[in-house]
Amino acid sequence: MSDMSAHDPAMIQPRGLAAFLRRRPLFAFGIAGLATIVACALFAPFIATHDPVAINFADKLVGPSAEHLFGTDNLGRDIFSRVVYGARTSLLIGAIVTALAIAIGAPLGLLAGYFGGKTDAFMMRGCDVFLAFPPLLLPIAITAAIGTGLLNAMIALAISWFPWYARIMRSSVLRIRSELYVDAARAMGVSHGRVMVRHIVPNAMTPIIVQGSLDFSYTILAAASLSFIGIGAQPPQIEWGLMASQARSLFMDFWWTVTFPGLAIFVTVLSINLIGDGLRDLLDPRGSSTR
Amino acid sequence: MTLGSYIGRRLLMLVIILAGVITITFFLSRVLPGSPVEMMIGYRPTAEEIEAAKIELGLDKSLPVQYLSFLVDAARGDFGKSLSTGRPVIEDIGQRAGATLELTFTSMVLVLLIGIPLGVISAVNREKPADQFVRAVSIAGAALPVFMVGILLQMLFEGQLGWFPLQGRLSSSLLFDGSFEPRTGLYVIDSLIAGSWSTFFDALAHLVLPVATLTLSTLPLVTRITRNMMMEVLEEEYIRTAHAYGVRASYVHYRYALRATLIPLITVAGLTYGYMLGGTVVVEFIFDWPGLGGYLVRSISRNDFPATVGVTTVLAASYLLINLVVDLLYHAVDPRLRNT
Repeated sequence: MSDMSAHDPAMIQPRGLAAFLRRRPLFAFGIAGLATIVACALFAPFIATHDPVAINFADKLVGPSAEHLFGTDNLGRDIFSRVVYGARTSLLIGAIVTALAIAIGAPLGLLAGYFGGKTDAFMMRGCDVFLAFPPLLLPIAITAAIGTGLLNAMIALAISWFPWYARIMRSSVLRIRSELYVDAARAMGVSHGRVMVRHIVPNAMTPIIVQGSLDFSYTILAAASLSFIGIGAQPPQIEWGLMASQARSLFMDFWWTVTFPGLAIFVTVLSINLIGDGLRDLLDPRGSSTR
Repeated sequence: MTLGSYIGRRLLMLVIILAGVITITFFLSRVLPGSPVEMMIGYRPTAEEIEAAKIELGLDKSLPVQYLSFLVDAARGDFGKSLSTGRPVIEDIGQRAGATLELTFTSMVLVLLIGIPLGVISAVNREKPADQFVRAVSIAGAALPVFMVGILLQMLFEGQLGWFPLQGRLSSSLLFDGSFEPRTGLYVIDSLIAGSWSTFFDALAHLVLPVATLTLSTLPLVTRITRNMMMEVLEEEYIRTAHAYGVRASYVHYRYALRATLIPLITVAGLTYGYMLGGTVVVEFIFDWPGLGGYLVRSISRNDFPATVGVTTVLAASYLLINLVVDLLYHAVDPRLRNT
C-alpha cells in the first residue's frame, strides 16, 4: 500500500476535523443527532419530564401538549419520558451486540487469515453456514431456540452477525500477512502471537471499525423489529420497537402513540448511518462497503 | 469444468449447508438454556410431565442419536407435529406457503423493476441533483424499520384515505361465503382461474399495502447496490475509451455500462429475496397476512418448537435454492465463467 497518507493521524486532528465537518454537513448532522440521543441516554432522569413507568389512567391517551410533550399511552404513561429512557436500551443494544459480534468474529478471522490452510477452510465453511441464512431470519430462529427476551435477542443478533466480522478480519489479515514488516518481525524471531497482536491487529482494525459503525445502527433496527414482533424486549422494559408494538391497536386513532417511538428509531439510525458513511470516507477513502 | 459438474458440486454444497443450518438449530435448542421440554410444557411442570415430554421429543435417547434422527426426519421434510395446531408441521407450511410466495414474489419483481433503474440513474448522474435526491431518499428510507413503513402506510392509506383494506388476504364476506376455493394458494391467480373479477380485485387490494411495505423497505438496498456496481463499471477503461472515441454518452451508459452491470446484478436478486424473507416475518405480523412469517411469529410466541424449526428450515432452504438458481444463471450469462 503506497497510499499511507489516508491513514495519517494528522487527518483527524482537530483542525482537519472542523474542516471535514464543514465540508460534510450530513456528517455534522449525524454527530448532532447522535449526540442528542446519547445525551438522552446519559441524562435520562434529568431530561424526562415524568416517571417513564408511572401509570396514570386519568391521563390516558392524551395528545401532545405542554404537560405531555409527546402525549400519553393507553396506561397514561408519558411518551416523551419513555422515548428518552428508550435511548438507553437501544444504544446499549447496539453497543453490546456490535462489540460481542466483533469479539467473537475478529479473533476467528485473525486466526483463519493468519494460519490459513485447514484452519482457514474449516472456519470459513462454518461462517458460510451462518451466512446462508436469510438476514433477520437467523436471529429470529436463534431467539426462538434459546427463548424470547431482550438478552437472548441480543445474543442471537451477535451470533448471527459475527461471521461478517470474521470474513472482514480474514481478508484484511490476508493482505497484511504478506507485508514486508510482518516477514521482518517473523525473521527476527517474534512469536506468532506477538506478530498478530502488535503488527497485524492494529493495521486490520479500520475496516472492522467502519463496518461496526454501520452495523451498530442495523443492530438497533433489527432489535426493534424483534421487539415489535414480540420476541425481543418484554414489558416493563422500555424499548422503542416494543413501544410501537404496544401501540399497534391504538395508532389509527392516537397517532402519537407510535409516531414518536418510530421517529426516535429513525433519527438514531439515520444519525449513525450518516456518521458511518462519513467515517468510511475519513478512514478509508478508497474502500466501499459491499454490504 | 462442465456445467453439469458445476451444478452437481453446488447441489452438494447446498445439502451440506442445509445440514449445517439444521445442526445449528438443533444444537442451539439443546445446548443453550431454554430446553424444548420447557418450551413444550411451559412454566413449572411436574416431574411426570417432564418425563412424558422427554420421551415424546425423543430426549431420553443419547444426544448423537437424537441428532441423527432429527437430521434424517428433517431431510424427509418431517418436522413433527405442531404443538399448537396438532397437524404435521409440513402440512401447515404447505397451506401457508402460497400467501408468503404471493407477497414476496410480487415485492421482489417490483423492487427490482424500481430499484435497478433508480440506481442506474443515480450512478450516471453522479453527484448531480438526481443522484443526490435518490441517495437522500434511500439513506432516509434505510433508517426506517420495516414495521414503521407498514404502520405509516396503514395510517395514510387506510386511516386517512380509506383506499385499501387494513389486514388479511380477502374480505371476510368473500372468504366465508364458500364461493372461493384456493388452488394454487396465490389468491390473485386463483380468483382469475375461478373467473371471479370481484374476488380478483379484492385480493389485489389486500395485496397492495403489504407489498408496498416490503418493496419500500428493500428499495434502498437494491438502489444502493445497483449504484455502486454501475459506478464501478463506469470507471472501467473501456468505458473511458468509448467516451474518448466520441461515442454518444447515453449510448455508452445504457448500451455498454448497463449491460455489464446487469450481469452481476443477477446476484442482487438472490440477496433481495433473503431480505424479503426477513421482512415478510414483520410484514405478515403487521397485516395479519396468513403466511409463513406470521406462522413463525405465532409458533415462537406459543413455544411451538417443531413448527419454528420447520418453518425456519424451509425458509432457509428456499433462500439457498434461489441463490443456487441465481448462481447458475450468472454462470450461464457470463461468458468468462462459462469457459472456466
